[in-house]
Amino acid sequence: MKMNKLTKLVVTTAVSLAFAGQAHANRDTVQVAGSSTVLPFSSVAAEEFGNNFAQFRTPVVGSGGSSGGLRQFCQGVGINTIDIANSSRAIRPAEVEACKANGVNQIIEVKIGYDGIVFASRVDAGDFKLKPEHVFLAQAAQVPQNGKMVANPYTNWNQIDKSLPSQSILLAIPGSNHGTREVYEEKVILDGCQTFAEVKALPKGDQNNFCLAMRTDGRVVEIAGDYTETLARLQAQKDAIGVFGLSFYEANRDRIKVATVNDVVPTVDNIIAGVYPVSRPLFFYVKGEHIGVIPGLQQFAEYFVSEAASGFGSPLEAAGLIPLDDTERAQILANIKAKKGL
Amino acid sequence: MTEKNMNPANNSAADGVAPLSKVQQKVAVSLNRRHRHEKLFKGVGLVASLISLLLVAILFINIFSKGLPAFWQSAITLEIYFDPEIIKISDKPVQRADETDNAFRQRDIEWQSEVGMINFNRLIVEGLNKVLPDANQYRRDVQRIVTSGERFAMRQLVIDNPAIIGQTKTLNLLTDANIDVWLKGNIDRSLPDAQQQLSPKVREWVEMLSEQGIIKNRFSFALFMNADSRSSLASAGLAGAFMGSLYMMLVVLFLAVPMGVAAAIYLEEFAPKNKITDLVEVNINNLAAVPSIVFGLLGAAVFIGWFNLPISAPIVGGLVLSLMTLPTVIIATRSTLKAIPPSIRQAALGLGASKMQATFHHVLPLAIPGILTGAILGVAQALGEAAPLLLIGMKSFVAQVPSGPFEQATALPVQIFLWQGNELRNFFEARTSAAIIVLLALMLTLNGLAIWLRKKYENRW
Repeated sequence: MKMNKLTKLVVTTAVSLAFAGQAHANRDTVQVAGSSTVLPFSSVAAEEFGNNFAQFRTPVVGSGGSSGGLRQFCQGVGINTIDIANSSRAIRPAEVEACKANGVNQIIEVKIGYDGIVFASRVDAGDFKLKPEHVFLAQAAQVPQNGKMVANPYTNWNQIDKSLPSQSILLAIPGSNHGTREVYEEKVILDGCQTFAEVKALPKGDQNNFCLAMRTDGRVVEIAGDYTETLARLQAQKDAIGVFGLSFYEANRDRIKVATVNDVVPTVDNIIAGVYPVSRPLFFYVKGEHIGVIPGLQQFAEYFVSEAASGFGSPLEAAGLIPLDDTERAQILANIKAKKGL
Repeated sequence: MTEKNMNPANNSAADGVAPLSKVQQKVAVSLNRRHRHEKLFKGVGLVASLISLLLVAILFINIFSKGLPAFWQSAITLEIYFDPEIIKISDKPVQRADETDNAFRQRDIEWQSEVGMINFNRLIVEGLNKVLPDANQYRRDVQRIVTSGERFAMRQLVIDNPAIIGQTKTLNLLTDANIDVWLKGNIDRSLPDAQQQLSPKVREWVEMLSEQGIIKNRFSFALFMNADSRSSLASAGLAGAFMGSLYMMLVVLFLAVPMGVAAAIYLEEFAPKNKITDLVEVNINNLAAVPSIVFGLLGAAVFIGWFNLPISAPIVGGLVLSLMTLPTVIIATRSTLKAIPPSIRQAALGLGASKMQATFHHVLPLAIPGILTGAILGVAQALGEAAPLLLIGMKSFVAQVPSGPFEQATALPVQIFLWQGNELRNFFEARTSAAIIVLLALMLTLNGLAIWLRKKYENRW
């Protein structure tokens, strides 16, 4: 008799587990993951979408960095994989291949707008007028000097350039899991590095390796977490300079101040005008195979790039996103409608 | 003991009656040293406990001083006229007798979408016009006062009760997060305009309205009633995370506790004592020492990868936490069973009960308080766990309160992690501490319950 109760218990548990396996069969919530730069925009879009479309549930937005998100995205097709990967850089050919190998063939690229990358320091630290070569000289393992490559001798910004404040070099840059890192390397470090004749003299294949090699004496810190972690680093060390997204800086103007790059102040207007050098487009990637399976996926993608959600005067612009122009927007909307994959 | 031995020796030495024996001399020499050691040890112990107390105090003072103010939030009291000129909608659909549920739901959703098209911001701006004489000149600034989520709260009012159209209601609307920051002094007020979040006009209005008592700090129901929010930061709340945690704890209670108790009873009362059961026992004890993040990796691979359970769902979180709690429950139950005197089993067996009857009729009822305590402590441990949940996608932003364990959710400790990472530091530092206070309160309640149960039903043999 009593034994039956125990068996019943075991059976119920087993049944409920089996039931658990069944119940997932149709997910009705769009699942998003990826770039922590895109996360705030994606979250706002998701929330507005949920509030404006009574028939769909609010999409769920995770983080994990652009690379982490795309890796999850390329894991395959199915209910237990994500539908959208946010990315602050374009997808790499290797990632497209990984996706295809796992059966994800329809990758729809959606550009949502632009964002600036800024260098910021604590409000009580010095004012910086940076040039890309300054940043390169501050972070490189070896620097060109008088035609030779020598181990990085700089410990203070004003040793690099007299115009910079006398402040010890400490650079907090995004870790390699962040899409921001790629843009930072491409638009700041490589740009700054290529200004040296010694670098240009190197064989083409070696240039990038030389430029991107980082000093290892603790003056360059890679931050794997999000911008709050970079901010915490600045709060702990007065001299530190961090790399942030423009919108993060805007929300914390009372704590940090931005450096100019090539004498251009990072503002939305300067980024739209194209004069601020370190800006980049933001993307998300939609899994075409999931359109029509996950309710609301296509509608969410279309809503995200609609004028109402991400145009001028929209909630996303208020959150710091720099809107697309109208022709680009129309083109992207058409791509989503046509499910045009990469 | 030593003192008793020593005293007569000391006395006799002082009296000069008899010279000290060798042993007594040795004892006398070492006595001071031993006393010194004891004093030193007591001192070190006292300092250690004082330091740990101080650290805990610093932690609590830090959390409470930051977090307590966040339980009150600035809100503006406005008279909102639900203007029929602005809210032009058809009648709320009523289910007809010949209509299927699905068709009705379709009509209802269409109607709700229609209500969603209404610009509720205009109602708020109209309400602000009544208290701000120069509002019309600063249209952009007016939009910045009430947090954007309140327009959905007003839409909900209309959806719930369309009769409200044409009426004037006095509503307390949450102000923008930056206004709350400004009024609480969480941003340096002396900073220049370029570093401020609020425009000079908005700051002037806010000062004026709070002097008139129109903007006031009110108890923040939003913190408890709302799910997380990013488009309207002031309305971000813990309800979603709380429900997520609740579903996970239910899974733990219904999975880990019965399984753990059954395993413990079997191992303690029925299992033969041999190498295999020894091995099982050692492994269970080892399992209790496995870092929780490992269970997260396991959960991601097994439950999501093989069983195809949804990502970010409390069911997966609950399963992972069950695995983690299982050894705790087993160990607690076993030690409770061990503490029950064998005489009880022997008496039952002697009166002709089977082993099964002796266990389930006599031993188990006596063990229940101990098992409950173990279960509650296990659940409390699971409640505070964040690391394994990060790996199964529960650190996502979820703007809805989940209505079941299969729906995407976050959990309280993960919500703390998420808020800690929010861009608007000035507002979310306090909000994060408030969330910590809520979580601590829940943990203390659970632990208190465990202590109370133990005290109330404690058996002495």
